[in-house]
Amino acid sequence: MRHTITVLVENRFGVLTRIAGLFSGRGFNIETLNVGPTHRPDTSRMTIVVVGDDRVLDQVTRQLNKLVDVIEVTDFHEGEYVDRELVLLKIKVDAKARAEVMQICDIFRAKIVDVQPKNLTIELTGNESKISKFIVLMENFGILDLTRTGKVAIARR
Amino acid sequence: MKTTTHSKKKKAGSPAPSRRSPVMNGAEVLVASLEREGVDTIFAYPGGASQLLHQALTKSKKIRTILPRHEQGGGFMAAGYSRATGHVGVCMATSGPGATNLVTALADAYMDSIPLVSITGQVPSYNIGKGAFQETDFFGMTLPVVKHSYLVLDAKDIPRVVKEAFYIANSGRPGPVVIDIPKDVQLSMSQPIFPDKVELRGYKPEKKADDVALNELLGLIEKAEKPVLYVGGGIISSGAAKELLEFVELTNIPVTTTLMGIGCFPETHPLSLKWLGMHGTYYANRAVNEADLLLAFGVRFDDRVTGKVSEFAKHGTIVHIDIDYAEFDKNKHVHLPILSDVKYALGRLNAMIRKEGRARKSFPAWVKEIGTWKAAHPLKFEDYSDKIAPQLVIRKLYEMTKGEAIITTGVGQHQMWAGQFYDFIKPRTFLTSGGLGTMGFGYPTALGAKVACPNKQVIDIDGDGSFLMNVQELATSKVEKIDAKVIILNNQHLGMVVQWEDRFFDSNRGHTYLGDPSDRAGIYPDYPTIFKGFGITCERVLHKKDLEGALQRLIDAKGAYALDVMVPYTEHVLPMIPANHTFKDIITD
Repeated sequence: MRHTITVLVENRFGVLTRIAGLFSGRGFNIETLNVGPTHRPDTSRMTIVVVGDDRVLDQVTRQLNKLVDVIEVTDFHEGEYVDRELVLLKIKVDAKARAEVMQICDIFRAKIVDVQPKNLTIELTGNESKISKFIVLMENFGILDLTRTGKVAIARR
Repeated sequence: MKTTTHSKKKKAGSPAPSRRSPVMNGAEVLVASLEREGVDTIFAYPGGASQLLHQALTKSKKIRTILPRHEQGGGFMAAGYSRATGHVGVCMATSGPGATNLVTALADAYMDSIPLVSITGQVPSYNIGKGAFQETDFFGMTLPVVKHSYLVLDAKDIPRVVKEAFYIANSGRPGPVVIDIPKDVQLSMSQPIFPDKVELRGYKPEKKADDVALNELLGLIEKAEKPVLYVGGGIISSGAAKELLEFVELTNIPVTTTLMGIGCFPETHPLSLKWLGMHGTYYANRAVNEADLLLAFGVRFDDRVTGKVSEFAKHGTIVHIDIDYAEFDKNKHVHLPILSDVKYALGRLNAMIRKEGRARKSFPAWVKEIGTWKAAHPLKFEDYSDKIAPQLVIRKLYEMTKGEAIITTGVGQHQMWAGQFYDFIKPRTFLTSGGLGTMGFGYPTALGAKVACPNKQVIDIDGDGSFLMNVQELATSKVEKIDAKVIILNNQHLGMVVQWEDRFFDSNRGHTYLGDPSDRAGIYPDYPTIFKGFGITCERVLHKKDLEGALQRLIDAKGAYALDVMVPYTEHVLPMIPANHTFKDIITD
């Protein structure tokens, strides 16, 4: 199953490697990983999305909890959290396509952040389903490049 | 925010008590910090990147520095010191190869939850990442085999790092901690501030069971007819042997231990089943197999214990007490997990039972049934008229030392026999590499244990293969006057692998002969001569009639002493449950 795990950690070197090692040592591929400081500069939050066997992932979260630099681990269940991801896409456009792309952007509340003669760079923020729908639509025009932040999540309560 | 400073008692405005010391370099700060942790011995091999640390150590009046002859030996000596006492063992090495040589000892300590602080010199911080001479990323390299690790980049951090390292190593579930210190940091001058307390937001090792869970456990005992206690290294690391004995005497439940738990419950006690698992006793394995309640305290359901894990203790309710939350349901699903320091849990259980003020249920039918298995399937071996059975050596040693010695082992057949034929009555008297199964462990571990317990008889029961892997430490024994003893059970083979070859590969030998193939009638290597070169007496024992006298001389010897006992390689360790099999598949002959 797919898991969204957030880990509150000491903002120190080596923490990322320790955490990544617990996944890689068990043969798990991390799908997305986001790290950044919280409102406290000495504390960082990671959001990790990973697919794997539930029992083994449960072990991994327990092992995460054991790390001295890990303050808190939450394996989110559906509905307990809000999540967003930011994507930057570079879309191939000609004069004709440009208007259509801009129209779709409007519907998705995506922003056009750069315009070039033959391409547009679009910023989109949203949850997974919104982003994947948008990407499917953009494939019709031709995606030249794409980069995403990975999911960030925060508990509702 | 929970940053607690105890300012209540202080008068307002009064200055904080000065804990400032004179200005010193980083290496001196490190030594001063170690002294503050009560370190009295360090096993350290110098090199370019750790030379400054050694310079500082020469000035210490509190710390004895022992020079091993290989860093791995030093690591195991520190582990032996720790295993024999429960205190944190400390080892040190230089960067690069010195550090990599420590890795096996770290992995070994990690697997067996042994508190160790390992200090390594590192190339100067401005050279890190440049492929400098004797540079390795030791912090990165050891991540999977340490409880925690530090790369110190500022000498001002050394007092805090050392304080934290000792606290982390020996609290909760113990384990090794690495401190890597670049040479420029060792040189850097500072006025250290030594902290009194450790503040770690993400590390809260104290765990205490709640009474509700413990009451449920007591209820399960009342309902059980065939309960068994399965106890392990957790009893020893938490110092709960006394509480365990009291619990057993209050509840009348038979006890089996893991290999790591040997000694935590007296094996001479009528309720002891000795140890279980692949080479454990028939009766311990059968009792667990038929138990309706398994009390698993301070254990981790290792595959060498469980065999095929889905079949292990299949008929019983399992209660698991452990201090490590990650151990629950890791290998085996349990019905009642209780997160606790096992010493606390047992103490509390004993108090609750005593408070009830009534005699607990005893299990006479169950104990009697186990008694018939004990009688029918005792640990046994074939004795010879002239040849020396390896098991006999250990049994004799047990009788002659009255079970009072600290025994260390290498890994293999001799290790299993040492566990089987020596009856251990006290914790921290059987020091063995349980998890990692490291050959070469026995001798340096014996030296470390002897340094920690100079008044105890410390004997390494080793194999000819295992012993050779750290043979260089004979020099440490001689030069440092560490009077540990050695008995090599020499069968000229890698006995355990040979046993598997005999059982599973039609006795086809896959590089398991350790003698000289061009002289199969001879004995190779010549251990008495090797020992002589190191200045230690070693007797070769060839005949059964000479065994007892030789053992007596070994026991009585004031200094280091060794026996090279020639034993047949055809002996197998029995009983045996083949890997990933069940009790039903037990081989008894």
